[in-house]
Amino acid sequence: MRMKKLAAGVALGLGASMLSFGALAADTIKVGVLHSLSGTMAISETTLKDTMLMLIDEQNKKGGLLGKQLEAVVVDPASNWPLFAEKARELIEKDKVSAVFGCWTSVSRKSVLPVFEELNSILFYPVQYEGEESSKNVFYTGAAPNQQAVPAVDYLKNELGVERWVLAGTDYVYPRTTNKILEAYLKSMGVAEADIMINYTPFGHSDWQSIVSDIKKFGSEGKKTAVVSTINGDANVPFYKELGAQGVSADQIPVVAFSVGEEELAGIDTTPLVGHLAAWNYFMSVDSEQNDEFIESWHKFIKNEDRVTNDPMEAHYIGFNMWIEAVKKAGTTDPSAVQDALIGVAVPNLTGGYATMMPNHHIAKPVLIGEIQDDGQFAVVSSTPGTVVGDAWSDYLEGSKDIVSDWRAPLSCGNYNVKTGKCSGQNF
Amino acid sequence: MTVRTFGALCLLSLLLLLAPLHAMAAGEEEVYSQAAELLMSRGFDEKGQAIRLLAENDHPQTQLILTLLMDSRLYYNKDDDRLYRIDDYDTDKPAIEIASGDRVVIEKKRDFKKITLNNQLRSQVRQIRAEMGLKSPDLSRRLAAVRAMLGGMDSDTLALVRKAYAEEKNSEIREVMQVAIAIGELPEADEARARDAIDTLAGSLEPDARNALTQFAAATDNQALKSAAEKALTSIEQRANFYGGIETLYFGLSLGSVLVLAGIGLAITFGVMGVINMAHGELIMLGAYTTYVIQQLMPSHIGLSLIVAIPCAFLVSALVGIAIERGVIRFLYGRPLETLLATFGISLVLQQTVRSIFSPLNRSVATPEWMSGLIQINPVLSLTTSRLYIILFCLMVFFALLLVLKRTSLGLQVRAVSQNRAMARAMGVRSEWVDALTFGLGSGVAGVAGVALSQLTNVGPNLGQAYIIDSFMVVVFGGVGNLWGTLVAGLSLGVANKVLEPWAGAVLAKILVLVFIILFIQKRPRGLFPQRGRAAEG
Repeated sequence: MRMKKLAAGVALGLGASMLSFGALAADTIKVGVLHSLSGTMAISETTLKDTMLMLIDEQNKKGGLLGKQLEAVVVDPASNWPLFAEKARELIEKDKVSAVFGCWTSVSRKSVLPVFEELNSILFYPVQYEGEESSKNVFYTGAAPNQQAVPAVDYLKNELGVERWVLAGTDYVYPRTTNKILEAYLKSMGVAEADIMINYTPFGHSDWQSIVSDIKKFGSEGKKTAVVSTINGDANVPFYKELGAQGVSADQIPVVAFSVGEEELAGIDTTPLVGHLAAWNYFMSVDSEQNDEFIESWHKFIKNEDRVTNDPMEAHYIGFNMWIEAVKKAGTTDPSAVQDALIGVAVPNLTGGYATMMPNHHIAKPVLIGEIQDDGQFAVVSSTPGTVVGDAWSDYLEGSKDIVSDWRAPLSCGNYNVKTGKCSGQNF
Repeated sequence: MTVRTFGALCLLSLLLLLAPLHAMAAGEEEVYSQAAELLMSRGFDEKGQAIRLLAENDHPQTQLILTLLMDSRLYYNKDDDRLYRIDDYDTDKPAIEIASGDRVVIEKKRDFKKITLNNQLRSQVRQIRAEMGLKSPDLSRRLAAVRAMLGGMDSDTLALVRKAYAEEKNSEIREVMQVAIAIGELPEADEARARDAIDTLAGSLEPDARNALTQFAAATDNQALKSAAEKALTSIEQRANFYGGIETLYFGLSLGSVLVLAGIGLAITFGVMGVINMAHGELIMLGAYTTYVIQQLMPSHIGLSLIVAIPCAFLVSALVGIAIERGVIRFLYGRPLETLLATFGISLVLQQTVRSIFSPLNRSVATPEWMSGLIQINPVLSLTTSRLYIILFCLMVFFALLLVLKRTSLGLQVRAVSQNRAMARAMGVRSEWVDALTFGLGSGVAGVAGVALSQLTNVGPNLGQAYIIDSFMVVVFGGVGNLWGTLVAGLSLGVANKVLEPWAGAVLAKILVLVFIILFIQKRPRGLFPQRGRAAEG
């Protein structure tokens, strides 16, 4: 009898403590971090995971959100696109996260898109991309083509007098679509077909000898030539090494890259690359108070003075602060309420201005062109006077120049054709 | 006249006498301080003005300042607004002031700001230095200067080159100068001179000569000259295509040598023991990581670290290979499917071990000085030195392996066991030891391949995955167990890939090569050079 009572008492006690454990666990708001920590994209995405951990840690020190602490749930989709979708589902269904910050390549975003739309969660996508998409569940804090690709081509054409173009990219949706837009844009400005050379390589391509030799030949016909590079991931390292080895210097044939930032340059000797360009909306070398503070807290958090900051990190900074503001405005983490509350939210960016969430789920960003220096940093050589609003549907492609995206009521449509007055795609 | 007035007059006359001297120095100083002020401003237009100012006035410090600007070694001090030269920003070397030559200790790095250029300014500086370089006593500088001017020949540069040509003694430079003069003269020349110019340009492979001929052919009304220019262009194109073919061959050989290095170890293990080793790529990866570790241990001797890494990588991979053989494969002889699965599992284990010990991110391996650079054969053909070393290295490894197999007793035993195991055992060969050592040899060679690959591609946990398929392709195509077969197969696959790449693209070229091998295997299942012998296994 006594043993039975003792056993019952122990069981009750354990049960009570488990309940209180459960109650304690329920007192956090979970935030999902969906970035590749291994594989070909790890070079770019690992630092974004660390940035999210820092932002969540700082917010918790300020008291958390809605009275609760934030908890980061980190998963590793390993540069494997179908695994991205699986991990996204795991984060939303199993871990019950309130929002996810993640993805880099457009193919990873396209893989997770159906998951987010089916389970109605929120994804903050921090990387420049090709446009041609607008989802109720995704907030694009990275640059659309009109905030990066097109201004970069304008800079090359107007400031450097470039007349021949090499569009080199990795073989997947982002470079293919961006090159379609750029080809249409160049042709609309009178560039002949013979003056455009387009080339695609697989992820992780490491033998660039013939391609760099072809670029040299293409560029030695007397007209100023430039390379517009949408090469992603660690294939950039052997590409730049081969450019240096074959003696292609930046003032002969400049290369402007859209996916190479301070992080990708961190592991290589940039002396042969001095003068090559990148187009972003933020550089670590930008002189502003917010940027100095951000870099300082980043170095303190990561305990390493040599770690760099880059544009996608700023995008997560903006996106995370916007999400915090929206949740406070809505008073809840419920995705539908937050999606509505996000539109119109304005937070400071790191270049001394403000970023506002527009009805098409894009933000307004300044466009900066920078030249690589020999210490892996960028020196800004050109910048737009104000911010440029992101346009999801490119004005240079037949199929999308009549389409706008507006997620406010009553339109609530991502693919609204202004000519026909019809809404297509994800219809809310 | 009082003493005072006389004294004043003397002073005045003295000042007047000294004024012209002072004015000369003041002129130079004024140019310098104007230029310095412009250089310290933020805008690139102002910096361009400063460069032109220095060049036009032929200031004595122009050469130095332009060199420092191009090398990013020109700084200015925010406190005293002077230009400084800083060679090494990180050590305790002093900063040297340009005007006076004073050395100043760098107390706070933030006091000095680098003066940066953009691409346009860099081209301008290059052009200016080229013009100044024409007068340089150094041969290579003069040659480089003339080459740099070929693209921008106008009446001023033409006059400069003509003047320099009159004084030039070196035949190589005279040749390039003749091309430069021909390019400059061609647009405006009369018929006779134009024909001479076209003949000169026809003999040159410089891309600027070609462009000049193309532009002339398009612009001229004289039909005879037009056809002469077009004929010259055709002959240049033929020669350029020939050299282009040699370049493609070179690229193909260098890609092929990488394939041979990756596959030769597999040829031995697959050939001798018939073991399908899916962990072969990871053994290559271990060799690459060994190079990284050795470089971390010897950071100031990059070149030496590479040489030291070769035997170390061989040992590391060989030991891991022997461990795999003794620990797992030994029990699975005669069961190819299980061997395949087991070695695949081992490859995953090795990948994750490396991820856990180092990090999932790529590691950067530096290339030594003597391996970077270009060998310029002629204006259309240049060979990268790193690839040349890789080709030579591959041949060295191949011949070393051949030596081991043909001249040593271990080699004899390996060949005996691979041809007829039962008979070899009957002759007293300890086949288990031979198996283990063969596997070790094959794995060691894979490690050595990793050292070479670390110079060409990213060193990361997934390095092996990129090369395992290629290694099997080479071995299957070349004939299992035959070293010469591997060499021929690897080199020919590399050349085929590079020949197809320009018109099919990188992805399609690989696909086509794979399809070709599949079709080839249908006709000759045992590869190019199959093993002979009555009991040789297929």
